[in-house]
Amino acid sequence: MECLIGIRGKDFVLLASDSVAGRSVVAMKKDHDKMFQLSSKLLMAVSGEGGDTVQFAEYIAKNIQLYRMRNGYDLSTKAAASFTRRNLADYLRSSTPYMVNLLIGGHDDNDGADLYYMDYLGSMVNLPFAVHGYGSFFTLSIMDRYYKEDMTKEQTLALLQRCIDEIHERFIVNLNSFKVKIIDKDGIHVLKDIRPTTKPPVEAEGTQQQQQLMDTA
Amino acid sequence: MAMKGKNCVAIAADTRFGIQAQTVSTKFQKIFELGPRLYIGLAGLATDVQTVSERLKFRVNLYELRENRRVKPKTLLSVVSNLLYERRFGPYFVEPVIAGLDDVTSEPFVASLDLIGCPMVTEDFVVSGTCSEQMYGMCESVWSPDLDPDQLFEAISQALLNAADRDAVSGWGAVVHIIEKDKVTTRTLKARMD
Repeated sequence: MECLIGIRGKDFVLLASDSVAGRSVVAMKKDHDKMFQLSSKLLMAVSGEGGDTVQFAEYIAKNIQLYRMRNGYDLSTKAAASFTRRNLADYLRSSTPYMVNLLIGGHDDNDGADLYYMDYLGSMVNLPFAVHGYGSFFTLSIMDRYYKEDMTKEQTLALLQRCIDEIHERFIVNLNSFKVKIIDKDGIHVLKDIRPTTKPPVEAEGTQQQQQLMDTA
Repeated sequence: MAMKGKNCVAIAADTRFGIQAQTVSTKFQKIFELGPRLYIGLAGLATDVQTVSERLKFRVNLYELRENRRVKPKTLLSVVSNLLYERRFGPYFVEPVIAGLDDVTSEPFVASLDLIGCPMVTEDFVVSGTCSEQMYGMCESVWSPDLDPDQLFEAISQALLNAADRDAVSGWGAVVHIIEKDKVTTRTLKARMD
């Protein structure tokens, strides 16, 4: 029931994740952050099996830091994503596979901004925009229609707002707040949480008539 | 799929990456270069496509370092067969297709394998994927022996496009490589994106 959204703009990547931490039918926490910082310009959003998400994310983050300590410089986004994929694929056929779906967004000086989509089996794709979870069924077509290459931050946030509004409109699970972060050449920036735009309630004509009849009776 | 021509071979694939009914990417690479005139195409589970291509590249690199020469297409067939059979009881879910020219004699070669490494060498064409039956029908109609590179390009493109159009989960873009003695031409086809 979790939703992760990633959009690549002009020299930046925007990652958004819903902030509901739930178990079965209970929403335990409403302001949960599902994104993990792998390095100064690498961010990973995870969803999936409880426990696996945090364990796998922390394992990858620590290994990325170890590389930096050993070699003196950060891994590129592509290399970090490939490392993550290799780990997921190796664990897949072990007795303890990780059931995590993730989005990795990063910026480096050679390739600019990059967004990688990875599912729990270890298939990795570089995409301009990506969504994990049931939310993908509602939002991917919106992105196909309105996404353009090299959008500004404001345009990308507007597109994200459209997607979140659609999820709120049609998805049966209430995801009413999304944590948003942007990765660009200056690092990772946390933006304000995004909520669906509230619309005034629509009253059908029939109900007005019924109300008048009940008042006069 | 892959086809033989006169002193040339062609290999083509669609570029869809999907999860059941949902298309995630329309630019997924399924054909990998293992030598200047040697290509392998992998159809099947996306994660295994990536894992097998990575593991295979590793083995081919080691081979070339040890033997100090390029790997022959027929030998590559055996390497892939071994890689897949090692996982006989927990296989990689891929169906590879190999196309290449022998780097000494420049003889064309096409072959395919099943998911546990059974090799099959043919004299005309090989196909693999969800729409293999449609592809067999198309290839049988458009292929004839000794096609030159341009005719081979037309043949393989029409075969792939029309077979993929009759399969709900295939398509969304296509790429074709024509491998000749002195060059490799890569073209992206304008396909139905549905």
